[in-house]
Amino acid sequence: MAHILCFVEVRESQVRKASLEAVSVARGLATANGWSVEAAVLGPAGADQLDKVKAAGADTIHHAADAALALYSPDLYAAALLGLIQASKPEAVLLGHTAMGRDLSAYLAGKLKTAVAGDAVKVEFAGGFKVVRPMYAGKALATVSVNAGFLPLITLRPNIFPVGSTAGKGEVKPLALPSLAPKTLCAGLEKPESAEIDVAEADVIVSGGRAMKGPENFAILKELAAELGAAVGASRAAVDSGWIGHPHQVGQTGKTVSPNLYIACGISGAIQHLAGMSSSKIIVAINKDKEAPIFQAADYGVLGDLFQIVPQVTRALKDLKKEG
Amino acid sequence: MKIAVCIVQVPATDARIVIRPDARGVETKEVKFVISPYDEYAIEAALQLKEQAGGEVVLITAGPDRALQALREGLALGADRAVHITLTDEYHDALEVATLLAAALGKEAPDLALFGKLGVGFDHGATGVMVAAMLDRPHISMAAKLEMEGTTLKGRREIEGAAETYAIALPAVVTTEKGLNSPRIANLKGIMAAKKKPVETFAAADLGAAAPALTLEGLQPPPKKAAGKLISDEDPAKAARELVRLLREEAKVI
Repeated sequence: MAHILCFVEVRESQVRKASLEAVSVARGLATANGWSVEAAVLGPAGADQLDKVKAAGADTIHHAADAALALYSPDLYAAALLGLIQASKPEAVLLGHTAMGRDLSAYLAGKLKTAVAGDAVKVEFAGGFKVVRPMYAGKALATVSVNAGFLPLITLRPNIFPVGSTAGKGEVKPLALPSLAPKTLCAGLEKPESAEIDVAEADVIVSGGRAMKGPENFAILKELAAELGAAVGASRAAVDSGWIGHPHQVGQTGKTVSPNLYIACGISGAIQHLAGMSSSKIIVAINKDKEAPIFQAADYGVLGDLFQIVPQVTRALKDLKKEG
Repeated sequence: MKIAVCIVQVPATDARIVIRPDARGVETKEVKFVISPYDEYAIEAALQLKEQAGGEVVLITAGPDRALQALREGLALGADRAVHITLTDEYHDALEVATLLAAALGKEAPDLALFGKLGVGFDHGATGVMVAAMLDRPHISMAAKLEMEGTTLKGRREIEGAAETYAIALPAVVTTEKGLNSPRIANLKGIMAAKKKPVETFAAADLGAAAPALTLEGLQPPPKKAAGKLISDEDPAKAARELVRLLREEAKVI
């Protein structure tokens, strides 16, 4: 049967949200075009996790539960997917645009001699696949179509597409581990001591820029972030000054983020920064320079000194919690 | 050790992007072009490895005539020679570019091929890994740490909220992430020497060009945002409370 194949990423036995978003996008396309949705879940994961894949829209769930897939290997993962792709010729393959999704989609593209329509913020099908994807770090939006004769490999920007509630049939089929000695295999997963939320996955981000003046001042952002369950982000100026690590950087040479709420503190809003966060749903700017370009991008601007305002916002949120 | 670094010339990250009237590309006049920032980490990694272990650093680019300038800049930093695969100054998908680079790398047969993790501009972020797949080489993408231990290449890549470690055998492909190193700046001596270093030129057709898998239908500017609300209460506590109220009652995000 004509179908869309989705890659479902698993980390430490948990399916990733970006993959469920991909399954739901596939569900929408499949329902509109009379296709089914197949999902390939690679790595150990329990029945509760497979239920999430079903609930997001998968009709068939190919599950390779072998412990050898617990850590990522591009060639081993690609072999598992290539087996499915060659056996059943999907209309398209969808993946989340995560670190793994980016690597795996590119590896598959190299093997299948196709290209990745990557970081899509919109996917359409009308005879062929068409995606809208940012280029120049979001300074332009490109509409890109997949030429006839090429398998569409599409990665979806996380946090843009909702996980839907139209379940699929959810039939689970075991998928055999390919017999292959991988050339590239992740040797280990290093986790930070404190479980920080990554800016690329966060629903709320509190970000600091040059006006933070030094690494110690990020404490007030961390307090606000803790109150909001948010990740802490930073502009390039703050990262290049060595105040916070590059994994926190948002912008053209950092991460592209699409949280529900982005709070920019003391960030002037250079074009490279705006490129990385302008797809956030609600943007708040706290800045004392009323000419700062960040205010042009903001839904709510607070004109004033961040060192006075940020702690007050934290306090107002605490008061709100007390009131219930 | 022979190291190839595949680079791409892109508009500077602070360049204003103006879409062409035909919407199939961006204006290139009056735009400052630079080596893609992530490629700078790849070049620096190559130069450091050469300094440690000896060998040769070859730069390769697939791009229009103006991309020669990027090669000269890379040669000025200390690379030994360069290969320029000429392409038109239009959109090329990662399949076209990766096919050409894989062909050039096939001829060069380096121990290590380095790429930036993403060429800022087209933002594919796929080319290096595609080449690894085409050449059937092990790879580490988005490496934020890299070291040679004997003939094993150890690397670390940051993923969402964690990091993966890898140890792969040469010959291999690596794409580089910011934070890997601090790229050097060319000095006058390097710039003078770069003018005499050899640059070999190939037409795309000479290497066996691939048909594109993607068509760029058009570019449009990102949607303009409606003007936001400005809170300018002199009392920080009042301003903060008003912001929290708006986020809760109007935006409904907290």
